[in-house]
Amino acid sequence: MSRLGELLDRGNELIITGEAPVIDGGTLADYEAKLQELAPWCDAMNATDNTAAHAHASNVAMAIAMQRVGVEPILQVVCRDKNRIAQQADIMGAALHGVENICCLTGDDVTAGDESEARRVFDLDGPQLIRLANSLKEGRYLSGRSVGTPPPLVIGAVENPGTHPLDYRAQRAAKKILAGARFLQLQICYHPDRLEGFVKALHENGFTEKCAILPSVVAVKGAGPLKFMNNAVPGIDVPADVISRVADAETPADEAYQLVLEQCQHALSLPGVRGLHLTDFRKDGSMARLCNDLGIKPRTEREQHAHDRIVAV
Amino acid sequence: MGLISAIEHVIKKPIWDCQMCGQCVLHDTGMTCPMTCPKTLRNGPCGGVRENGHCEVKPEMRCVWVKAEERSRTLPLMPEAWREHFNNLRPPVDNRLKGDSSWKNAMSGRDKETPPGWTPEPEAPEAEVEA
Repeated sequence: MSRLGELLDRGNELIITGEAPVIDGGTLADYEAKLQELAPWCDAMNATDNTAAHAHASNVAMAIAMQRVGVEPILQVVCRDKNRIAQQADIMGAALHGVENICCLTGDDVTAGDESEARRVFDLDGPQLIRLANSLKEGRYLSGRSVGTPPPLVIGAVENPGTHPLDYRAQRAAKKILAGARFLQLQICYHPDRLEGFVKALHENGFTEKCAILPSVVAVKGAGPLKFMNNAVPGIDVPADVISRVADAETPADEAYQLVLEQCQHALSLPGVRGLHLTDFRKDGSMARLCNDLGIKPRTEREQHAHDRIVAV
Repeated sequence: MGLISAIEHVIKKPIWDCQMCGQCVLHDTGMTCPMTCPKTLRNGPCGGVRENGHCEVKPEMRCVWVKAEERSRTLPLMPEAWREHFNNLRPPVDNRLKGDSSWKNAMSGRDKETPPGWTPEPEAPEAEVEA
């Protein structure tokens, strides 16, 4: 079973996932080097599926590449580019290579990318894709045809706690959990009150026992990327005071670091939050610093610690 | 297009901008057609809703699902069951039914048929989330 699956089964330890950098060319060795900033801290990393509607090396190829360099992948599957037949083929194809973790997304629209003239697919939506992955896990394609030996999939999804309709977002998350999502990676949210309300609604209704909630944080170097997210990424609102806090600071890079550190501390303080999903746009060694400041040990140490405890029992 | 489909189209197009998917779920979605969502999502809003409640794809348009969610709570004279159905997991669209009359398919039960490998939720939604 995947490490992520084991952690979900054990039900109490911290889970750290990360966004792996996209692949556009080069060799496996180049990619291995790129992963090193974040990989040592993560239990598993997302093999992304054409992020923000930009073409890159495919999700399945990326997941296999990650496995080959010793990083546990989470296969992202989005609904924008492929119909249900191709999505099933991707999940089964990745499973053939031992990829068990799946993250089901509706996905950004084609207009978010650099080929807006492309046809959008959206044959399924996010919640339907979760059920589809469950069907495969239970041993059959959507048609009812047997898959033979069912792949031991660990199925998750995403949700955005920070956008409208705000009071409904936890219900949508609950729908995904009921459909079979065992972990939810949340969209980055610059409104702590919204994140709090979202997690509280799930926690008070018992959903956080069934599903690991992993809020996202994005480490940036200055106010530029914050402004970009606010202006160009639908669904992310960065309040003006957050942007000016970083923009007007004496050293914006330090202030941006403080911001992400505070976001992590806040998220981890919320009852019902199981861990974090990390994205690194700084690429200056900040991930190690961040995890140190948060008291998060590298994956191998956490693994060893858990192993020792199990042996002791 | 048969006579029934034509009549249905004439009535539902002006009121709901009906896209004739042939498997109508209007009553479960706050009397708001999910097929007018640019991503044709049947199970709620995507994560790209803008801060003003508008659509990721068409910034000038209010998100179909923001509208649907609001209407499912506030529309008068709607049976309680329809409001409760809002959170149901709706199955994938059967693309063969496009252009058909959903009235006809509702009468025959054809619109409730799902692929053999599709199972509804593994457990009944016992807990509603109070936001």
